Amino acid sequence: MSTLLGLVRPDGPAKLTGTTRYAADNSVPGLVFSVLVSATVPCGRLSAIDSSDAASAPGVVAVLTSADMPRFAVPPVPPLAHSLLPMQDDVVAYEGQPIALVAAATREQAEHAASLVRPRYTDLTPAVAFGMSEVVVPDGSYQLVEPDLAFGDVGAALASSEVVVRVSFRTVDRHHSPIEPSATLAWWDGNHLTLHDAAQGISAVRLTLATAFGLPPDQVHVRSPFVGGGFGCKGYVHAHQLITAAAARVLGRPVKLVLSRAQMFTGCGHQPATRQTVLLAAGRDGALRAVEHHSVNAASRADDYTEFTTAGTRWLYATPALRVSTRIERCDRPQPQPMRAPHEGLGMFAIESAMDELAYRLGMDPVALRLRNEPELDPTTTQPFSSRPLRACLLEGARRFGWEARPPEPRSMPSGNDLLGWGMAVATMETFRLPASARVRAQSDGRVVVEVGTQEVGTGLPAVLALVAADVLDVPPESVEVRHGDTCLPEAGMTAGSSATMGAGSAVHAAASELRDELAALGSGRPADILNAKGLGSLEAQARWDPAESGADRSIHTYGAVFVEVRVDAELGLVRMNRCVGVYGAGRIINPLAARSQMIGGITWGLGQALLERSTFEPRLGRFLSKNLAGYLMPSNADVGDIDVSFVDDHDPHASPLGAKGIGELGAVGVAAALANAVFHATAVRVRELPITIEHLL
Amino acid sequence: MKAADVASALAALVTPGTEVIAGGTELVNWLKEGIATPDWVLDITDLPLGAVEASSDGLRLGALARMSEVAAHPVVARDYPVLTEALLASASPQLRAMATIGGNIMQRTRCPYFRAETLLPCNQRVAGAGCAALEGDTRAQAIFGWTPECVATHPSDLAVALTVLDATVALRNGAGTRAVPMSRFYCQPGVGARLTVVEPDELVTAVTVPGLPPAARSHYLKVRERASYEFAVVSAAVVVEMDGLVITRSRLVLGGVAHRPWRLADAEVALRGVEIGDLEALRAAVACSLTTARPLPDNRFKVELARRATVRALRVAAGVG
Repeated sequence: MSTLLGLVRPDGPAKLTGTTRYAADNSVPGLVFSVLVSATVPCGRLSAIDSSDAASAPGVVAVLTSADMPRFAVPPVPPLAHSLLPMQDDVVAYEGQPIALVAAATREQAEHAASLVRPRYTDLTPAVAFGMSEVVVPDGSYQLVEPDLAFGDVGAALASSEVVVRVSFRTVDRHHSPIEPSATLAWWDGNHLTLHDAAQGISAVRLTLATAFGLPPDQVHVRSPFVGGGFGCKGYVHAHQLITAAAARVLGRPVKLVLSRAQMFTGCGHQPATRQTVLLAAGRDGALRAVEHHSVNAASRADDYTEFTTAGTRWLYATPALRVSTRIERCDRPQPQPMRAPHEGLGMFAIESAMDELAYRLGMDPVALRLRNEPELDPTTTQPFSSRPLRACLLEGARRFGWEARPPEPRSMPSGNDLLGWGMAVATMETFRLPASARVRAQSDGRVVVEVGTQEVGTGLPAVLALVAADVLDVPPESVEVRHGDTCLPEAGMTAGSSATMGAGSAVHAAASELRDELAALGSGRPADILNAKGLGSLEAQARWDPAESGADRSIHTYGAVFVEVRVDAELGLVRMNRCVGVYGAGRIINPLAARSQMIGGITWGLGQALLERSTFEPRLGRFLSKNLAGYLMPSNADVGDIDVSFVDDHDPHASPLGAKGIGELGAVGVAAALANAVFHATAVRVRELPITIEHLL
Repeated sequence: MKAADVASALAALVTPGTEVIAGGTELVNWLKEGIATPDWVLDITDLPLGAVEASSDGLRLGALARMSEVAAHPVVARDYPVLTEALLASASPQLRAMATIGGNIMQRTRCPYFRAETLLPCNQRVAGAGCAALEGDTRAQAIFGWTPECVATHPSDLAVALTVLDATVALRNGAGTRAVPMSRFYCQPGVGARLTVVEPDELVTAVTVPGLPPAARSHYLKVRERASYEFAVVSAAVVVEMDGLVITRSRLVLGGVAHRPWRLADAEVALRGVEIGDLEALRAAVACSLTTARPLPDNRFKVELARRATVRALRVAAGVG
C-alpha cells in the first residue's frame, strides 16, 4: 500500500502474522539438530573431551570434536570475523568458544546431550581483561583508516587558546542481542553446499565458506531472505556457520544449528568497551583552534578489531589543528564486532559531550557553538563535501524542539520531584558504499520483478527497492515484487554499515533504467502494453553499480542534530527521556515511512546505549557475566518517550545516483551525548561514562 | 502429572524430586537453565486455590490467584494500594497474567552468578561451590543479611508488599495446615541452606493479609533503571498511620537489599511522632535502620538509595510526595 508517507512494507503482513520463514524455520528431509558445546574457561588447552555419556544419550547421532572436523583453509578476515578457526585444535582462546558439537534427532535431545559432554582443560591462565593489557597500535585487516592522523600545530594552538577542555570518557561492552538468534541449516549434494542462514551478507558467507572448504564460490548456495535483527552481529561470518557446514559434511546429512541466547553473547561479537580522551581548544569566539581525540578499545588476541571512534572527528568541525589516535588492548575475550553504531556511535559520545562542556565554558549556546565551527571543506582531506546539511539540521531541530526557550543554567527547570534538562548533540556517520548488481524484469501481466542478492534485516529494504524500480519504470510500486536473500540472485553487498539503500538501490536503479531504455526502443506506453504489443512475455535487464565510479573526490557523510528532554528524579538518580527531536540530512529519503521507523529505532537504540546497556566482563571468571536478556537491559516501550523524526531536503548525487545515502546507523549516533548533556543541564552533574546509572546521580 | 484435587497433590508431593508448577513463569526458567532438575513436575492448576476473598478481616489470596487478578481486584486496589502497586510494578502484563501469588513468593534470586547458563561458583546451585559474587560484581547484591556463602537478593516485589502488610502464608501437607508469617518465610542464606520454610511435602495454599486500620495508607515505590519489566535496584513498601500530619505508626520494608524483604524496625520506632513535612527528621529516622547495612564494593550507593526511597515512599503514602 502506498501512502503519502511512503510505501507500507510488503513484507509486513507476513511478519506481523508470524508466517515469515526465518533461517531456523526451514527444514529439509533427514536433518539433524545440533547444539554447540562452549568452553567454560577463558584461556587454556583442552586435554580431553569425554563425550561417552553424551554419545549414548537418547536421540544422539554424533558428538563431534576437533578430531572429527575437516581442516579449514583460511578465509580472509573480514568477512570471516575471527581468524581463530573453530574446532581445529586444542587451544581455548576465549570463554564460550565452540569446542564440540552434538547432533541429535531433536533440538531438546541435542541440548540434553550437550550438557553431558565433559571437557577437561589444562594450562589454564587467568583472562587478561580490558585495562590490564598493553595499549598498542592496531594492525591486521580490520583497519578502515589510518589509526593516527595529525595536521596543524596542536601545541601552539593550545598555548594560544583562551579555553581548553580536556576530558576522558568510557563506554562499556554491549551486545547486539537481536531477537532472532543466529541460525544455520546446511547440507551437501556432493561438492555443492547449501545454507539457510541468518546472515546480513550472503555473499560474505558464500565467499568465506567456499574458501574454507576449497570450493569455487558457485558451489556454495546461501539463502537469507529475512533476518530477525542483526545490528552487526550477523554481518561477518562466525564459527557456527563453518561448524554447521563442516558437521553436515562429516555426518553426510543436513545439520541445523541455532545458537542459544547465552551463545549469542560469545559467538557473534559484541561492541567492545572504549576509553577516550578529548581535548578541545577554542578562542573566546568559540572557534576551535585544536582538536585531539584519543581512543583505546578492547580487542581479542586476534585480528585487532578496532573501533574508529576518532573517525567522525576527522571531518566534523573546522579546526586548524587536529591530532587523533586509535589504539587497542589485546585481551582474552571473544571477538568484538561492529554494532549499531560502531566508530562514530562511540566517538560522538565523547566529542559531543566535550563540545557541550566547551559551550558551558564559553557561555555559548551549544547550537551556536556547532554553527560557529561548520567547515567549508573537509578539514582533513580538504575535499568538498558531497552534501552537508548539518546547518539546516541544527536550525530545524532547534525550531522543532523549541530550543530557544532553554535557560542555559543547569538545574533551572524543576518539575515537581524532578528536574528537566535539555541537551543536544550532532550526529555524523561514515557513508559505506558497497557495489551491487540487480536484475529487473517487466512482465506482460503487468508485474515487475526485481531480483537482487541483498538481505532484509528488518529495515524495510524491499519497499525501498520496489519504489526505486517503480519510479524508473513509472509503474505502481504495488506491482513490483522484490526477490532477495539468495546467492542465485545478482550479487549485492552486506546489509550493514547503512549501505543497502545505496548499493542495492542504485543497482536496481541502473537495471530498471536499462530496462526502461530497452522498452522505449520497442514502443511507448506502460511496460506491459509494450510487451503485449510485441508479443513478448517479459523483458529483463541486469546492471551493476560500482561506487568507485563516483564520489571519490568528495567527503561523503551523513549528518543529524539530536535534541532531547530528560526528566531526572535526582533524589533517586533516575533518568527518563521525555522527548527527542532528531533532524537528519542523509541524502534523498526514498521511503519516508520506513525511514522514520528506522530513525525511531535508532534513537531508541541510542537511548539504550545511554541509559541501560552494559555487559559486565567478569575478570575473575574471564567471561561476560550475564548471558541472557534478563541481565542485559534494553529499552522497553515505557522508556522511549516521544520521538519526532524529520529529514531536511538533501540530494547527494555523489553518494549514489538515487541521491540517497544511508540512515540505519545514523539514528543511533549522538543520542547518548544529547542525553548526557541533558542530564548535565538538568542536574549539573557531568557523566562521562555510559550507561548513565543511578550511582552517577545520587 | 496433573493433580485433580488437593489431597492427591499432597500425596504426590511426598515423592522426592517433585516440583510444583502453576503459572510456570519461573519453574520453566529453572528447567531451561538447569537450576531445577526434578524427576516429576506436578501441575496444580486444576486445584481450587485461585479465589481472592476480601472481608473486614482482610484478604485471603489463593495460591493460584494470578498476579493480574489480584492487582485488578477492586478491594485490593482501594484498601491495599501497596499490594496493587507492587504487583503492577512486577514483570510484564503477559507474565502477570500467567504467574500466581504462590509461585511469586517462591521465586529465586536473579543473581547473575546463580542464573548463569553454566555452573559458576554458587552455593545455591551446588552447595559448597562457594560464592563467586562475593568477590565479583556486587552491584545487584545484598546490603543486609548476607553471609559469605551467599550475597544474593530476593527479587519479588509482591513479597515486600506482603511483608509490610504482616501477611501470613498458609502451608499444607498430608498432616495438616500451618501458617507462617512472611517475616519468617525466607531462610538465612548458607551452604545447603533452605531458601524458604516450605517443606518438600508442603504446598503453599494461600496468603492471608490482615485488614488495615481505615486510616492507614500504603505505597510501594520501586526504583529501577528500566521504566518497566525490570527487577528493583531497591524498593520500599510502607504503611503509615497519622494523626493529622504526625506519624503515629508505620511499617517499612525494603526490597532488593537482602535475601528476604528487609524490615526497618528501628526506623518504625523512630518515626513515631515525626511530622510528615519534616524531611530532615524523616531522613534521620529512616537512617536508624540503615546503620546496620553492610554494603559490598559495587553497591554502596544502595544504602543511600534505600534511605531516599523509603522517605519518598512515606511521603507519597501520606499524600505529600
